Amino acid sequence: MQILKSVIGRKILMAITGQCMVLFAIVHVLGNSSIFMGPNGGLINAYAEHLHAFPPLVWVFRVVMLVLLCIHVFYGITLTLENSAATPANYAVKRHLKANFASENMIWTGLIMLAFIIFHILHFTVKLSSLGVAEGTDALGRADVGTMVITAFHNAGYAAIYIVAMIALFLHVSHGFQSFFQTVGLNNDRTQCCFTGIGKLVAFIVAIGFISIPALILCRFI
Amino acid sequence: MSEQNGMNLTLYVWRQKGPNATGKLESYQAHNVSPDESFLEMLDEVNEDLIKKGIEPIAFDHDCREGICGMCSQVINGVPHGGQDRTTVCQLHMRSFKDGDSIYIEPWRAKAFPIVKDLVVDRAALDKIIQSGGYVSCHTGGVPDGNAIPIPKKAADYAMDAAECIGCGACVAGCPNSTAMLFTGAKVSQLAALPQGKAEAAQRVREMLKTLEECGFGNCSNHYECQAACPKGINVKFIAKLNREYMKSIFIK
Amino acid sequence: MILDGKCPTGPIEKTWDKHRFDLKLVNPANKRKYKVIVVGTGLAGGAAAASLGELGYNVEAFCYQDSPRRAHSIAAQGGINAAKAYPNDGDSIYRLFYDTVKGGDFRAREADVWRLAQVSNNIIDQCVAQGVPFARDYAGYLDNRSFGGAQVSRTFYARGQTGQQLLLGAYSALSRQIKEKTVKMFPRTEMLDLVVIDGVAKGITVRDLITGEIRVHMADAVCLATGGYVNVFYLSTNAMGCSVTAIWKAYKKGAFLANPCYTQIHPTCIPQVGDHQSKLTLMSESLRNDGRCWAPKKKEDSQKYPGDIPEEDRDYYLERKYPSFGNLAPRDIASRAAKEQCDDGRGVGPGGRGVYLDFQTAINRVGEHTIKERYGNLFEMYEKITAEDAYKRPMRIYPAPHYSMGGLWVDYNLMSNIPGLFVLGEANFSVHGANRLGASALMQGLADGYFVIPYTISGYLASIKAGDYSADHPECKKSIDDVKANINKMFSIEGKKTVSEIYRALGRVMWENVGMARSKESLEEALKEIPKFREEFWNDVNVTGEGGDFNQQLENAGRVADFLEFAELMTRDALIREESCGGHFRIEHQMPDGEAKRDDENFCHVTAWEYKGVGNAPEQHREPLKFENVHLAVRSYK
Repeated sequence: MQILKSVIGRKILMAITGQCMVLFAIVHVLGNSSIFMGPNGGLINAYAEHLHAFPPLVWVFRVVMLVLLCIHVFYGITLTLENSAATPANYAVKRHLKANFASENMIWTGLIMLAFIIFHILHFTVKLSSLGVAEGTDALGRADVGTMVITAFHNAGYAAIYIVAMIALFLHVSHGFQSFFQTVGLNNDRTQCCFTGIGKLVAFIVAIGFISIPALILCRFI
Repeated sequence: MSEQNGMNLTLYVWRQKGPNATGKLESYQAHNVSPDESFLEMLDEVNEDLIKKGIEPIAFDHDCREGICGMCSQVINGVPHGGQDRTTVCQLHMRSFKDGDSIYIEPWRAKAFPIVKDLVVDRAALDKIIQSGGYVSCHTGGVPDGNAIPIPKKAADYAMDAAECIGCGACVAGCPNSTAMLFTGAKVSQLAALPQGKAEAAQRVREMLKTLEECGFGNCSNHYECQAACPKGINVKFIAKLNREYMKSIFIK
Repeated sequence: MILDGKCPTGPIEKTWDKHRFDLKLVNPANKRKYKVIVVGTGLAGGAAAASLGELGYNVEAFCYQDSPRRAHSIAAQGGINAAKAYPNDGDSIYRLFYDTVKGGDFRAREADVWRLAQVSNNIIDQCVAQGVPFARDYAGYLDNRSFGGAQVSRTFYARGQTGQQLLLGAYSALSRQIKEKTVKMFPRTEMLDLVVIDGVAKGITVRDLITGEIRVHMADAVCLATGGYVNVFYLSTNAMGCSVTAIWKAYKKGAFLANPCYTQIHPTCIPQVGDHQSKLTLMSESLRNDGRCWAPKKKEDSQKYPGDIPEEDRDYYLERKYPSFGNLAPRDIASRAAKEQCDDGRGVGPGGRGVYLDFQTAINRVGEHTIKERYGNLFEMYEKITAEDAYKRPMRIYPAPHYSMGGLWVDYNLMSNIPGLFVLGEANFSVHGANRLGASALMQGLADGYFVIPYTISGYLASIKAGDYSADHPECKKSIDDVKANINKMFSIEGKKTVSEIYRALGRVMWENVGMARSKESLEEALKEIPKFREEFWNDVNVTGEGGDFNQQLENAGRVADFLEFAELMTRDALIREESCGGHFRIEHQMPDGEAKRDDENFCHVTAWEYKGVGNAPEQHREPLKFENVHLAVRSYK
């Protein structure tokens, strides 16, 4: 595979897998927002039920997401290692003109999110009992996702984990979104500021969307 | 003139005897520096001073001193070429500093650019990238008339924007990943934009990227620090073009 | 001795074609057996190394910079001439030939100039094919601008960086050959001696600038493309590393040095501001297409803000004196006119050494945007150096040493009097006569490298046996020993003066006495001063560091030592040339109106100097110049 051997090929893989996960995050946050509709977690139980209506599809989707994640993480880590090998000595004084906190810390925000994703799956998908989650059923006999989430986020610790992770998500996506367009060659000098702006906006909306759930629950608005 | 306006500066300069020696920052004083001097003229005077004191002068690369040869290469206060917009070290003038300033002067730092001595580095890696494909394989003589193939002004201007690169390596020195994507992208874009360069475009981009990696440069993570550091302001759109040319090359054998 | 340039005879239009046919060829299968050394990788050297490598010769190329792409050809801004006649304005090969001979004030060989004009068109085609992004019009065709010394638009350009783009074109061709392994490149390597065995050039002795190693490289032929020597003035528009060293070493091994007094002072440079200055920066001559030169009419206005000087108090001296060429008068004339204004006490800026180059008329006519498009990078550069905005207030300019028309003597084949030693580009003396026209240097460098040497070198190589040399020859050892002894001698002095102190002092004397205007007294004064500096150098210089190391002080010391010797020859040449022509202006020889007064009766010849050993006066040889096509006439640009 020529693409895997090339410096840019590997990056393009990272860019595409990353952007797919951004799309997933957007869909995910839209779905989650159903928790704000209706009483007591409201529509989220209905949403969850529709989502899981056809289990083979769920599994196909999960496997695809896992592969995307693995590719993204693998190349993210190897590229970071290669890049630090290319810069063996540090400057005594270094001032960046354009690079920013988000772009310089992609590996760390990425690793935080990786850890978070593992935690999140154990928490709300596997529902590890040692994490104190239990899923009952609601009045209609559906899995009661709403109650589970609300119970979990009444715990300030859990809420904090989710909020911190979503701040990492914001930073990661704010650089990564526009980075995708540059890497796949869709960028030029006129589009650059657009993509950067849109990227920050998307990152902000997604992160705020996600953060609002634990934050509002913690503050007992839901 | 210089008597009245002279500035006194403290310099912290990277001194390193040779490629394998350990280097360190040494501090020197620059006295009575005129604001009309260029940065390198200031260093000339410091060197004259050092010679008189029996200290070996600071080695630094420089040649044309008019911002075009790309020889000068110093990271000043953490920024390649000193951070003035679109300016090489030799064109940086002391009026952008003020009396009492401390100035840190370091060489380009990257695995692909080993230090030769003090502020002098070996940039042969950039030549290697060009040698691997940064040309049109035309023979001397036996080419068509210059006007035989009209080139739209837009394409010619685009190619010229890319071709302005002076090959100094500031993009690598400024890049947190020490990559030479802007350097490579500029050459690939210049030739890909012109009809003369299209025939070899796919092979060119593949070979140049391969060499780039072999030389020990890092990979691009779109910090855009290169464009900010570039004394010619070469746009990062040429990296996007490089990526595009690479994608095209996947489908062309 | 009367020298013979071996120029072909017959109708000038046929000379080069006929000569090309007459030259012997080397069988393609035998080419790789011949080794050729090329020193210098600018337009001439880079193009030569690439072309010879492509032909199949085994080439070794050398440059002192860290990469062949950095040669000082890169700094040429304005453009390159060619007789394409695309604008349909009456240009032709003959007209380019005529303009160049006339522009050179009738001190160049007709046949050489004809050849240059003839191949000029091939150069443009070649560069376009290489991907040089020349300026184009909206239809996609090549654009032209006009330049000093010509009344047609024949200059091709790539913004204000034509030299850069052409050099990068040659560099790319060279890179391709390096990859093909037909050319072996030695960057950061400086030539310090020519190896001559039995009167034939067979190699060079070099110093590896990183390790300090001194070694010999042998070859069947040696091409020097090492540029010019105007750094003898210390302050010039040349790069810091430009030196006379390579051609001076060749001279000391017996090569004749021709017309060293012909130096070009470029009219549009940024004036000097202080003693710290290390070089002067040129602003392209193309600026004179849209800029108008003026100085205040009244002395008391010279330190006023230019905008406060009313139109009627401005003296547009070039337009006044040369109504038909106006601001596009040739360089030597424009330079002297600027000097006249300043000598008259009407100069502007620090020290009163400057005149204005004003763009207001052009901005009013075509708009600031168009001016920015044409010269944006030059205006930017000007602002960086002077902190003044030339869109708002006129530029200050002053002449500065820029180019040397003199150089090693070569015959029509570009071979010097030492068989096997070829000299290309600015390093030879051949086509520019006493004055070079704008945009002709790039043309000459590339013509020599791409289209002349590949033909003429085969004529020589076909006549010798390949590989007829050995690095064990006693001459090689002697050359290495001499170079080492010279270096050790410099280290052993351990005096008090730095190299640049002595260099600066030499430069000042040269500029004052052998600069833009020369007189018998000033030249004799210089001849008295120069030996003193040499004395001072060899008794009191302090060269720090070690020889076996990267040592810029040592590099510089070697170059200055050669300038200290060369300066004397240059001055001597200026002294015996009792006439004014082109860039060589003797104040004793001028017309009543101050124009240069040539003496065709006695000086219509090339002076070539032969080295006669330390302490002996060099011997003078002559090559008479015949003008059969362009008739000797007083050069007039009025």
